Amino acid sequence: MKNRNLRSPDRRLAASRSVIGLVLGLMVALVGAACSGAGGGGGGGSKTITLAAVDNPQMADLKQLVPEFQKAHSDITVKIVTLPEDQLRQQVTQDVAANSGRFDLFTIGTYEVPLWAKKKWIENLSPYVAKDSAYDENDLIPGIKTALSYQGGLYAVPFYGESSMLMYRKDMLSAKGVTMPDHPTWDQVAAAARAVNSSSVNGICLRGLPGWGEQLAPLDTVINTYGGRWFDQSWNATLNTPQWKDAVSFYVNLIKTAGEPGAGNAGFTECLNAYNNGKVAMWYDATVGASNFTGDAAKNSGYAFAPTKVKDWSGWLWAWSLGMPSSSKKKDAAWTFANWATSKDYIKLVGSKLGWAHVPPGTRTSTYSLPEYQAAAGGFAKVTLDSIAHADVTHATVDQVPYIGIQYVDIDEFQQLGDQVSQEFAKVIAGTQTVDQALVKAQALATAVGKNYQH
Amino acid sequence: MLPAFIYVFLLTQIPFVLTIYYSFFSWNLLKEGSFRFAGLDNYTRLVTNESIRTAVLNTVVLTISVIAISVVLGLAVAMLLNSEVFGKGFMRTLMIAPFLIMPTAGALIWKDTLLNPLFGLLPYLLTPLGLSRVDWVNRFPMATVVAVEVWRWTPFMMLIILAGLQSQNPEVLEASRVDGANAFQAFRRITLPLVRPFIELGALLGSLFVVQTYDSIFMLTYGGPGEDTTNIPFLLYLVAFQGYSIGQASAIGVVAVIITIVVATFALRTLFSIFQVEARR
Repeated sequence: MKNRNLRSPDRRLAASRSVIGLVLGLMVALVGAACSGAGGGGGGGSKTITLAAVDNPQMADLKQLVPEFQKAHSDITVKIVTLPEDQLRQQVTQDVAANSGRFDLFTIGTYEVPLWAKKKWIENLSPYVAKDSAYDENDLIPGIKTALSYQGGLYAVPFYGESSMLMYRKDMLSAKGVTMPDHPTWDQVAAAARAVNSSSVNGICLRGLPGWGEQLAPLDTVINTYGGRWFDQSWNATLNTPQWKDAVSFYVNLIKTAGEPGAGNAGFTECLNAYNNGKVAMWYDATVGASNFTGDAAKNSGYAFAPTKVKDWSGWLWAWSLGMPSSSKKKDAAWTFANWATSKDYIKLVGSKLGWAHVPPGTRTSTYSLPEYQAAAGGFAKVTLDSIAHADVTHATVDQVPYIGIQYVDIDEFQQLGDQVSQEFAKVIAGTQTVDQALVKAQALATAVGKNYQH
Repeated sequence: MLPAFIYVFLLTQIPFVLTIYYSFFSWNLLKEGSFRFAGLDNYTRLVTNESIRTAVLNTVVLTISVIAISVVLGLAVAMLLNSEVFGKGFMRTLMIAPFLIMPTAGALIWKDTLLNPLFGLLPYLLTPLGLSRVDWVNRFPMATVVAVEVWRWTPFMMLIILAGLQSQNPEVLEASRVDGANAFQAFRRITLPLVRPFIELGALLGSLFVVQTYDSIFMLTYGGPGEDTTNIPFLLYLVAFQGYSIGQASAIGVVAVIITIVVATFALRTLFSIFQVEARR
């Protein structure tokens, strides 16, 4: 083989020059890549409405059924932009805060609705609802309707609602002689988890993935039922109380002794996969989890209400809902679509076209009296409906609080505060700091936020 | 030339001037009417805020370890590819591959396919050692990010150093062998001084980009657990898009740009010194 280095000096020189050219080229390419940010969204025809939707199975179903909507409304074109939860929240927040009018509808949760209604970022939908008697506002589940209202007006219409519950494999528990009551306590759940925990199957899956909407959601319900709260009536942070320490220690210890490995990366999806594959015997999470069970998990699952300690009914409340930004220029067309997507007829359409297990749960009382839905959702339909009915965003804690929300505090700062606090707990789960160390930092973070409300 | 200059000037300098402007204001997107002049408040907070100090420290640790390790590995691989080995061209292509994979996709493969404690490849291979269920990403977050970034930047260093090695005259090495120098001495006294400017250039260019590491941190650790892997760009992202504090984020951005300019100045100087050496020949 010819030695490549046997080259004349001028060719070596050329080689070096080309290196410098290559390096400069790489630099330009990398800087170019770094600079190319997000482009702007497009406009379109006068009747094209844009919906920013959260990436979940119910929204995927909606996307699939849009042609059905267009059969009846050929003048309205619907463009659905699907984004994961945290990206959706950022894009939509930037859009409404900058009043740029990129979206005509978006999916927002119970956390955003009262905050954004107060800022007049979203439209009051009550006048639209009042115009259409067939919409039947009173059919919406009361707790959900309360959570989506601000000063008597309905500011978003629910597309899908959920609470939290304990899902467990009846076969795995009975093999160890464990029975699960309908209203278990956390101590009973912990005992059951340790009893069934083995080298091949873990006792329970609990979210550990940092984020206020991930790990903190189930953990907050544990803190609530242990008697903890984020702030007292005069907005002093109370994360340094024994209730917080007991609740967080309990949660972390349960994960460490009988929980899934790699809990620091386990969110809803990871736990669902673990449960569906028979790697965990129990799972405390959103009621919607049960709609996604397959195989043995679908056949042998039992459902219990959210476990408790001091306070009864500790389940959370969340509803992905359709809200309309005040900046939208096609409000009537947007309402026509929001109305269709949250109507009774849409639920029947999903049931007949895609199967009754696909029906978006937790929004309308009438859904639960449909015989087809009862047959498909048998085991968990009643637990879901009762959990949602008993979840009260205004009375979630043992002691009184100045905020609303169950698995969140309904203030602007909570996104960042919740993320930071859950990061500290993630370090506890990873074993790199103690509960006490985490709570000292969390208390300092929460105190700084509380100061904004002390006047 | 002038239209091009105006185009570049407008596209790069207007956003930068706006960023400097915003950095003197207290402005939170979520708070209506919060836009007011705040003087140097955002900059004083840079000095006093603990999160920001942690982020600076993490950036320094990340950059230095990634550059140091990838330069050493890059030099070793370049030496190997510069010698007569079978299938050199194929191996060189393979070695460059990590640099061509999108950072986000690469980080995702590392996190899920390789390191996931339930179904990852590494825990599976380590089962005989009893390390089957180690949660690498959360137990050793910084080491994981460094490993992924080293994997990505080693090819870059290798390319630059290899180019330097290929401009070496083999007759010089042959002469040194005749004079009785062993392989290590030849490497230490002849090869290393020759490729030194190339190593410096690679290290400086590399640090420019490693300082800005964002994609892999977002995918692997999301800056956590705690703030263990939050570097300056990721903190900026958190402040701007989780906290919506545009003023504070702008101040962090301005400082990050200043640091980058300082590093870039050194990089360009090294580049020009190579040009000068070429010119003198």
